Parts: sequence; structure tokens; C-alpha cells
Amino acid sequence: MNGIHDMGGMHGFGRVVVERDEPVFHGRWEARVFGISALAGLRLGGSIDARRHGLERLDPVTYLRDGYYGRWLARLERSLLEQGVLAPGELEARLAGRRAPAVPLPPLPAPAAPPPHPFLRDVERAARFRAGDRVRTRNHQPAGHTRLAGYARARRGVVARVYPACVFPDTNAHEQGEQPQHVYAVRFEARELWGESAEPGSCVQLDCFESYLEPDPAT
Amino acid sequence: MSHDPDRDEHARLALRVEALESLLAEKGFLDPAQVDAIVRRYEQDVGPLNGAQVVARAWVDPAYKARLLADGTAAIAELGFGGPQGEYMVVLENTPAVHNVVVCTLCSCYPWPVLGLPPAWYKSPAYRSRIVREPRAVLREMGLELPAEVEVRVWDSSSEVRYLVLPERPAGTERLSEEALRALVTRDAMIGVAKASQPAGRG
Repeated sequence: MNGIHDMGGMHGFGRVVVERDEPVFHGRWEARVFGISALAGLRLGGSIDARRHGLERLDPVTYLRDGYYGRWLARLERSLLEQGVLAPGELEARLAGRRAPAVPLPPLPAPAAPPPHPFLRDVERAARFRAGDRVRTRNHQPAGHTRLAGYARARRGVVARVYPACVFPDTNAHEQGEQPQHVYAVRFEARELWGESAEPGSCVQLDCFESYLEPDPAT
Repeated sequence: MSHDPDRDEHARLALRVEALESLLAEKGFLDPAQVDAIVRRYEQDVGPLNGAQVVARAWVDPAYKARLLADGTAAIAELGFGGPQGEYMVVLENTPAVHNVVVCTLCSCYPWPVLGLPPAWYKSPAYRSRIVREPRAVLREMGLELPAEVEVRVWDSSSEVRYLVLPERPAGTERLSEEALRALVTRDAMIGVAKASQPAGRG
């Protein structure tokens, strides 16, 4: 989706601010959100792709305002509500000091047996591209989840590395199957991506799922 | 006294998370001790000291380095590191000709088993938006000036592959022990926004 999360190449965010001696968590609440989210992921199932898309679906103002763990909290609350773990209004009532007993849990899905690997899959099909192949990315702009960054759509590059077949996030995030396929680190020259504003002597290597790519028609 | 909206926001979120955790515990959805264990693991056990062990080993042991570059996941597992966000590791070697730097523009993917959880700047819109477009400018702001003849290669972690940069071993460290070398390997050097530190008394 063409969302606020797809930040590569945007202007206007200013300098990179580095915090010296930064703690792992800035306060207890960040740590608790991290830990509760990890446990909720185990209890509720669902793929990492769906969880990433859960962040992308936050409204853009929340996304920018709440920061990293604030986003995790917003996603966590929404997923707990969607699964019925939290009843509507229950958290607000607790925050307002009303000591109603917690609404009992609904039946949760039995945990599925984990696959042999979280994302690598064996496929019969050989990789379509080899290192050195010239490729072009498709102008792929689904409304749902994708890992093709907007800045690299319809751009020409060269396959730098071929990786094993992996679960395809674009479908897996939407429970449309894993559709495993090879992944490639594709090298894009800076000028191809950024035009005349490109810095000399630099490139971006972006991991591209096979269906994002086609042979470069110019070759 | 000046008003600090950030502090207010933190206070609001802190109350909200406390209420949420207590509700979930009452429902039997989680045990706070399990949350404690996860937090403790990432505060105490998993961090860039792990990655520093990998890098220092590669600096002193050419056979290990060859295995690390050929199959990062397996070579890192030799030292006991692996798990979530490190299930397919690729190690990128910095050389006098090529400087690698890692980002995740779409979220904030990061190799947790070797580097721990990412710092705030890595997750910031400024880094995610700019490092792909103007890596030399960003690195310069962060204190790393690269000569024009060095190629800058920015790796955007858009799949489940996780990247670890193998920084160049600093000159003049031939006589240092593996343990002493580890202290020169910073988190930032393994992301690629810095070089490895010079030993004390140098540079």
C-alpha cells in the first residue's frame, strides 16, 4: 500500500538524531509493549507479514506521532479487540477507574504446529533469475501489503544475489497463501532511483521477491 | 515550568500499558512473569556484544571468516547466536573499495540475535527516508566521511534476510587478542554507519 511507512527517499524528516548511551527501552512501558506483543503473537497466531501490515494500516498521523513502540501498542490493542480478547470499551473503562471485572476470554485458536522454518520453503521451480541478470521491477502498487518499496518501482537493476525461496508477504499478509518464491538482492544504481539528485558512487541493494521482477526489456 | 508534550505522552502511554497488562493478566491471557522474562532477555542477554564476538572471530580466524561470508546463519550459530530476526543472516564485508550500510525503509528490520533491538535513530523517519537517497550526506552527519572513490552500498532489508556488516579491522591491531578486538566492534560499525573503533592511544 502507498502508505506513510514507505519512507525510502522521502524529503522533510530532517537530521538523524543520535541519542548517546541509549537504553534498550525508554521507560518501562516500551519494554512491556514489546514483551506483551511477543506473547500475544504466540497466543493469537498470525503471520509476521500480517503483523507488519497491521502497522501499515494505522492512520498516518498515529504512525508518525506515536513512535515505534507507540505503534506497536496501537497494533496490539487493535488485534486484541479484533480477536475479542479485549471487549470494546473495556480498556477505556479500566483507565477511567471503573473496576468492572475483566470480560472473560473468548475461545482462542489452538496454536498451529510451527513450520520447519519460519519463512524458507522448498519449491520445485528453479530460480527465474541468476546473479548478473538485468531486471526491471514491475510498477506494483497493491492496496494491501507489499515489500516492494515505492522508490524502486519500475526501475532497472542487476541481480546481485539469489536467495532461497521464501514465503511471499504480499499474499501471506492477507491469508491468501504462502506462494513461496525466490528472493533476489537487486542492485539499483543511485541515478536510476534518484535521477539527477543522486549522490555519485552509491547504489541501493533491495531484496525483491521474484514476482516483483521481470527481465529488463531493454536487454 | 515549561510544558513537555513528550513527557505527557509517555505518561499517558505508561498508564495505558499498565491498565492493558493488568486486564490481560486478570483474563489469564498472559502471566506478567513471562513478559518479565522476554524483557530481561533483550535488556541483558541479546545485544551488540554478540555481534562483536562474531566480527572479532572473523578478524582473527580466516577460515571462520570464509564460513561467515559463505553462510552467515550457520557461522553465527557456531558462536551460539540465532533466533527471531536472525533466521537467515547475510554478512557484508566492508573493504577499502566498498562500504556497506544497512537500513529497513519499510519498517525497522534488524538482526536481533547479533545486535539486539534497534536504536531509536535506526527506526527514525529521518534515517529510513534519507539513507537510501543520500547515504554519504547521512554518514557524514553521523561522523563518517567516506572518500569519493569508495562505493557506498545501501542494503534495504525488505525481505526476511537480515544483514550484518563486517567492518574492516583497524590498522595497528595485529597484536591484539580476540577479546581486546571485540571492544573495538561497535553496534554502529556493524550497521555500517561507523568504522570499527581505533584501539586506545591511537587515532
